[in-house]
Amino acid sequence: MTENAPYIIDKQDNKEKSLVVVEMKHISKSFDNNQVLVDINLVINKGENIVILGKSGTGKSVLIKLIVGLLEPDEGTLALFGQDINELKEKELIEIRKKIGFLFQSSALYDSMTVRENLEFPLRRQLRTLPKEELNVMINEALQNVGLEDAIDKMPSELSGGMCKRLGLARTLILKPEIMLYDEPTTGLDPITSKEISHLILDVQNKYNTTSIIITHDIKCASLTADRIILLKDGICAAEGSYKQLESSPDKWVHSFFE
Amino acid sequence: MTENKINIPSENAPNDFNKGTTSLFQRFFIEISSLTLFTLRFFKEAIKPPYEFNEILKQSFLIGYKSLPLVGITGFIIGLVLTIQSRPTLAKFGAESWLPAMVAVSIIREIGPAITALIFAGKVGSGIGAELASMNVTEQINAMQVSCTNPFKYLVVTRVLSATFMLPILVVIADAVGLFGSFIAVNIKGNVSFYLFFSQIFQGLDYSDVIPAFIKTFFFGFAVGIIGCYKGYNSNKGTEGVGKAANSAVVFASLMVFIIDMIAVQITSLFQN
Repeated sequence: MTENAPYIIDKQDNKEKSLVVVEMKHISKSFDNNQVLVDINLVINKGENIVILGKSGTGKSVLIKLIVGLLEPDEGTLALFGQDINELKEKELIEIRKKIGFLFQSSALYDSMTVRENLEFPLRRQLRTLPKEELNVMINEALQNVGLEDAIDKMPSELSGGMCKRLGLARTLILKPEIMLYDEPTTGLDPITSKEISHLILDVQNKYNTTSIIITHDIKCASLTADRIILLKDGICAAEGSYKQLESSPDKWVHSFFE
Repeated sequence: MTENKINIPSENAPNDFNKGTTSLFQRFFIEISSLTLFTLRFFKEAIKPPYEFNEILKQSFLIGYKSLPLVGITGFIIGLVLTIQSRPTLAKFGAESWLPAMVAVSIIREIGPAITALIFAGKVGSGIGAELASMNVTEQINAMQVSCTNPFKYLVVTRVLSATFMLPILVVIADAVGLFGSFIAVNIKGNVSFYLFFSQIFQGLDYSDVIPAFIKTFFFGFAVGIIGCYKGYNSNKGTEGVGKAANSAVVFASLMVFIIDMIAVQITSLFQN
């Protein structure tokens, strides 16, 4: 629902999703003299899978870092679950963050911890009084969800790229977030593992009814996962629509992504 | 906006300042002001609950216990060498009996704390700098923040506190091992009993030798910890940033050890006079 997209193809008109979880109004962000995002307006509803496409350096990762509060916008307002995060105090922001999961491009696994400790870390930080038995149940369930039960005592350095991604996903999902942010989840993976990760994203969405925002260059991942695709160009929302709508776009630049 | 949002390490890193447009002089003051702000933030976060006791204990083990062999060997060699080197000069003046006291004063007042702090800066300062820089590069610090953990409190406060309290303990051990090394050296060319050697040491020492030397080691430890964390936490992205952070942490921390030592000596001499 980008108001400023110059080549808007069509608005999403599938199933009615009334609850807005993310609302960006006139968001701009720059680093020094480099304007990364310009007047972004975006509304994301509960249960939607949004894919953000665009060339490298167009501000895709910055956009999701703004959502999770890792960066602060220069201008505009950003509301999560109806609350303007610029107005929140530290404790309130932490409460909001509990509802958000972030899968980093590099997986960002704690390399001094085992797989088990990586999963324990967010649980222990957020659910400090959780009994050991319950903790183990949650860890085993999270590992089963991503097919990594046998790797529980391994170190991240002993895992393959795909396993790291899956572990990163398990660590993010263990707290059952309402919004999932994926920063290039399939980058650097072989086509088969990429497909597995894409299906895993869909499974997560179906199982927990999460809202997902997926940053990717992988058009296959986008075709599998997207309810709605937003194309970023030079920091602005250049186009928006479903995969089919954008794929058949007469605009050369938009179409070039799908070739 | 809450503070949580502006503590992304790499975003406001002083290393990111445009080096083409700022002079060396300006960069020096930018670096000093950034380090000062970082230190002030440390005190603010250290006071504020919740406290990371488990992580402090873990870091104390890694920083303190794991440094023991290196510090012990260094202390032993210093005591041994200092004694062997000093004996001929004292013998010329017929003052060989002063050897234990002279070595003890040298080791306890200056050589023990300074050398141990430099070894500590090399091992622990570079380790902290490289570890945090690596965590920064691989987005582990961001991941921690997204997991509702204050990375500054969890990573920086714990390491700085551990370094501050572990270095004095290591210095005491290094001093003791150094004096034992001296005892061995004395007995290479003579026959002095353990009791006589150490009674001469304690006769030659005063509280004013021990207490200021012990107090300054807390400052050495703090300097090594805070500089290691500052360099690592604010490192540039990329593997080059990790190397630079580790390297500059050692150089800057070693320099700080000498500066603190110089100030401590001046303050001590003021009270002694």
